[in-house]
Amino acid sequence: MLNRDEDILQAAENWQKAGHGVALATVVETWGSAPRPAGSSLVINDDGTFLGSVSGGCVEGAVVTEALDVIASGKPKMLEFGVADETAWNVGLSCGGTIRVFVEKVGQS
Amino acid sequence: MKLETLTQVNAERAARRPVIVVTDVANGDQRLVKARDIATDPLGAELSKQLRMGKSGMIESGGKKLFLNVYAPTARLVIVGAVHISQALAPLARSLDYDVTVVDPRTAFASPERFPDVPLIAEWPDVALPPLNVDHYTAFVAVTHDPKIDDPALLHAFERDCFYIGALGSRKTHAKRAERLKAQGASDADIARIHAPIGLSIGAVSPSEIAVAIMAEITAELRLPKETAKVQAA
Repeated sequence: MLNRDEDILQAAENWQKAGHGVALATVVETWGSAPRPAGSSLVINDDGTFLGSVSGGCVEGAVVTEALDVIASGKPKMLEFGVADETAWNVGLSCGGTIRVFVEKVGQS
Repeated sequence: MKLETLTQVNAERAARRPVIVVTDVANGDQRLVKARDIATDPLGAELSKQLRMGKSGMIESGGKKLFLNVYAPTARLVIVGAVHISQALAPLARSLDYDVTVVDPRTAFASPERFPDVPLIAEWPDVALPPLNVDHYTAFVAVTHDPKIDDPALLHAFERDCFYIGALGSRKTHAKRAERLKAQGASDADIARIHAPIGLSIGAVSPSEIAVAIMAEITAELRLPKETAKVQAA
């Protein structure tokens, strides 16, 4: 069964309360043909376990890696993904859009 | 995001109350605005616009780039009447991301064969409706054509402030229904909230076309500003 946004944020809360480091990644801006609208989110814990999506699966791997940094540092980050560069087929959106993803740690004071 | 903010977001969503999280993306500063506080918030106009559209997005305010993350409850559709129109309406509404429930005490109509994969409650409205927690984020349609079933269902919808209330029937049928409902305590304002004849006027004939007309009218009521929605529907 697909996870709804409700379930994703509930998982973030549960992981945090269970003592995990948790980050929340949220699509904040999109241009062109973007796979998921602003507000879509992905939650990641310090095991690298994740739930939800910010794209059609194209950039989740890269977001998870960055999220682990954010969990370690506690500092939020803004990530941008598009198809403008050579690495597009590695971490980019094959659909031609651009998205900006805000990554923040859950539980920062 | 602070754990306290996240906990509050989850609690509001579990209670089916909308909530908006405002984030300054330059530094991660965040605050949560509950639905009841939007009117008095400094960003009230922007917040209510985003909430009405059910869309999250970036705005600029006071030289800051702010992300407004809108968490609106999932829209629901309660269909009273497991009739032919409902067989077309239920899957159409589901494809538009509504949680759909069909209520009809007549078991010959409310059968799983006629409604595969749709939650069905084969009970009278007074038994079926209270546990559903019908609320403002619910669209409510009464399509049995039987006053014994439709009337109590509509009275329940008035009480729960559904964002859309529709009832099947010609103008003549609706005039009689209005009299019956008033005799049972409904106000003129309640009656005025019923969309009847149901659905946008697109010349719909078949059950599937009527379903399209109903979902178009519900979408307009959900997404358009109040005044525009009325003009479009007129």
